[in-house]
Amino acid sequence: MRRRAVEEGFFRALMVLAVALVVVGLLLIMAIITAKGVGSLSWEMITQAPQGGYYLGKSGGVLNAILGSLALAVGATALASIFAFPVCLYLQQDYAGQSRLASFVRTSLDLLWGIPSIVYGAFGFTVLLYLGMRASLLGGMIALTLVELPIMARAMEEAVRMVSQDLKEASYAMGGTRWETMRKIVLRQALPGILTAVLLAFGRGIGDAASVLFTAGYTDSLPRTLLDPVASLPLAVFFQLGTPFPEVQGRAHASAFILLVIVLIISVVSRMMGAKVSKYSVR
Amino acid sequence: MRLRILTERLTTGWIVAISVTVMLLTAVVAAALVHRSLPIVEGHSLGALLGGSEWRPLEGKFGFRPFIVGTVWVTVLAMALAVPVCLLAAIYLAEYARDATRAIVRPLLDVLAGIPSVVHGLFGVLLLVPLVSDHLAPWAARHLACLPGATPQQGYSTGYCLLTGAIVLAMMVAPVIISIADEVLRGVPVAMREASLAVGATRWETVKHVSVRFAAPGLVASVVLGFSRAFGETMAVLMVVGNVAMSPKSLFDPAYPLPALIANNYGEMMSIPLYDSALLLAALILMVTVLAFNLLAQGVLVVARRRAAQ
Repeated sequence: MRRRAVEEGFFRALMVLAVALVVVGLLLIMAIITAKGVGSLSWEMITQAPQGGYYLGKSGGVLNAILGSLALAVGATALASIFAFPVCLYLQQDYAGQSRLASFVRTSLDLLWGIPSIVYGAFGFTVLLYLGMRASLLGGMIALTLVELPIMARAMEEAVRMVSQDLKEASYAMGGTRWETMRKIVLRQALPGILTAVLLAFGRGIGDAASVLFTAGYTDSLPRTLLDPVASLPLAVFFQLGTPFPEVQGRAHASAFILLVIVLIISVVSRMMGAKVSKYSVR
Repeated sequence: MRLRILTERLTTGWIVAISVTVMLLTAVVAAALVHRSLPIVEGHSLGALLGGSEWRPLEGKFGFRPFIVGTVWVTVLAMALAVPVCLLAAIYLAEYARDATRAIVRPLLDVLAGIPSVVHGLFGVLLLVPLVSDHLAPWAARHLACLPGATPQQGYSTGYCLLTGAIVLAMMVAPVIISIADEVLRGVPVAMREASLAVGATRWETVKHVSVRFAAPGLVASVVLGFSRAFGETMAVLMVVGNVAMSPKSLFDPAYPLPALIANNYGEMMSIPLYDSALLLAALILMVTVLAFNLLAQGVLVVARRRAAQ
């Protein structure tokens, strides 16, 4: 009997330790990035694009990368929603049901979810070459769309699946078509989940570096058209860290802090919005 | 009335068309990579490419072996670090934790999952690299001399090495594994647990003999999905793993995984013949491996869900 109690206590302690380790790891990441980042953060960092000699430690900031990242992620999220929303409607009983095609679509989404973003980057680059384009805002958006699509579709489908069958059937019974039911019942009911899915994908998109590495390029100026190259925050962190100058490396830390703050804000906003919009849902 | 039916038809067509496009997307990506990596496979035998250890693009020598070995090692090590901790944490969350604890830890996991890879990489550079080079490597050199794989080769390490890469990677895949494992464990019917507890088993015995056994396929799937995530992770690993094109001999040697190879060399590849083809072959290898693992995991998960539904 004692042995069993000891075993229970031992594994319980081990499990608490494991959870603590994960939580401490997360807090440690935040603490270190904040501690190092805040030191080099200045008003200049977020209000100016790099000036001459910026990468040698002269004045300037990473405004180009902040705005570039936002542009890339907004564009990619918009493109991804255009694909993800119809797909998650299709995967419901109303359209596809248990058909063969639906299971193929579902499998394909799962596979797309697993493909590393560097592969999407390489794929995007070959597409750009094929079209005769160079690294640009549009190219980066397309590669990021591929990264975001499976994340968004998966989260959206979960939200849409939760809409009660009774509500939909009530709509059908009144003579509503499938599309009317989708637009007026499903969209409205699942809106919190759908918005959360969009923000989740946006957050992933803004932090992804490998897919935009060859497709979006990097530049110190802001893009004027879709076909201009564009800077991004993750790459700003990466490139500045690679320079031998401590001031510039400090700015890499500050850039990482800015990126972390943006991602955290998105995550908090999506939580709050989910709670606020859900007051229209019938449960 | 006409308009409503027309709208219904049009939207249905649109929905199906987009779904079919998404379904074909995987195939399109694969086809493009295969097409672009054909030139190098035609010039060299696949065996020589995958088994060769000389990487001299200027001389037309493309041996992927060091990169494949590097990828496999860093991934396997990361999993060795992550899996025990993640499974224990998932069991705690699913079986022991109070709702209040879950309500705190689950959102934290989501936050951890959303942290960009460069931030993880920077964390590795700032904290783990000095830790490994100043403390772990000297310690290993003093105390683990009998294990050649666990000691730094020249008695010291720069810190940019296999071990650092694996730790960073382990932190990145942890939320993926924990979330899936937790979900799978929560799918174990309460009645089964209660039956075990009712005959006098302790909670850990219930976990060991009932929950884990019942959820085994799903737990395997969570680990496989974590593995495939780790396999293709690029930036964070690239920043801390050293990037030297040699097969690593110890934990404290630098390695050069495939994703890092692609990321580091894409810029200059257009000037050297067959270089782009070689890098796209690297991307194809990554993709095929990850797809194989994911298909495996999906298959196992289907079994798991079916079991949970019974």
